[in-house]
Amino acid sequence: MAMSRDEIFGEVQEVLVDALGVDDDEVTAEATLMGDLGAESIDFLDIVFRLEKAFEMKIPREELFPAESLMNNPDFVNNGKLTETGLTELKNKMSYIEIGEFEKDPDINKLGDLFTVNTIVSYIDSKLNAA
Amino acid sequence: MRWIWIDKFVEFHSGERAVAVKNVTLAEEHLHDHFPGFAVMPETLCIEAMAQTAGILVGEAKNFQEKVILAKIKKAVFYHYVKPGDTLILDAKIESIAPEAASTSGKITLGEKLIAEIDLMFSHIDQNLAGKKFPEENFVFTDTFKSLLQGVLVDGAGSSTPESEQN
Repeated sequence: MAMSRDEIFGEVQEVLVDALGVDDDEVTAEATLMGDLGAESIDFLDIVFRLEKAFEMKIPREELFPAESLMNNPDFVNNGKLTETGLTELKNKMSYIEIGEFEKDPDINKLGDLFTVNTIVSYIDSKLNAA
Repeated sequence: MRWIWIDKFVEFHSGERAVAVKNVTLAEEHLHDHFPGFAVMPETLCIEAMAQTAGILVGEAKNFQEKVILAKIKKAVFYHYVKPGDTLILDAKIESIAPEAASTSGKITLGEKLIAEIDLMFSHIDQNLAGKKFPEENFVFTDTFKSLLQGVLVDGAGSSTPESEQN
């Protein structure tokens, strides 16, 4: 199923409008899911289920939203920051995006900022192109 | 407290769909106050009835091994009032199910009339909220709850229709 990034964005936008009860103009590419769109933990599963239907693919939650498993592993988190191992793990898991600035100050409170609308679009894009 | 808010299942297709009946009666005391002289079943309790129908469907799909908790009301749209004497049909379907959660869609009807559309999400709490511990025993699915399936689901044999409904 070949789709352009714009087409993917359109579908993702619709999914987020339905899952989070937000307006479509709030769902910009840079909007963060938790900070800007108010997503809570159960919403991430709702989003995964809806994306699976919209794109007709299997999406392991850990693959798209690996934050929870990282944060609960003491090897990956120390003193409220991701360790070197944690950062490597994060980069491996989220190889479909650049983690950029986060690497300089890997404060776990800022981890949520990595999960933007664009992150989902990039993930779907990587899955569709790999197929 | 566990309380049962549906009367019986009339169809049960394991892992897919369940249909339950709820008879509404003026003997339910809350209807005396909601509202005096104009009894209407609270819509929140219509959601509870759907949550029990869909929740048992989701629980049975994993053999009642998971603690299934209502986590999100994705959609709840009501088209008509429900009044004493009404027999509601609650029709719930599993849309998606994963180790951590499930999502369901559902319709409440009264005869031919569509009363409500209610879509829900359930969390399997032991698989979620990592780090938090819950009691060993399954406090969600008590025997009273499971007894609702007697006659409609024979020894976990998958889909069935109650004997009384068969020709």
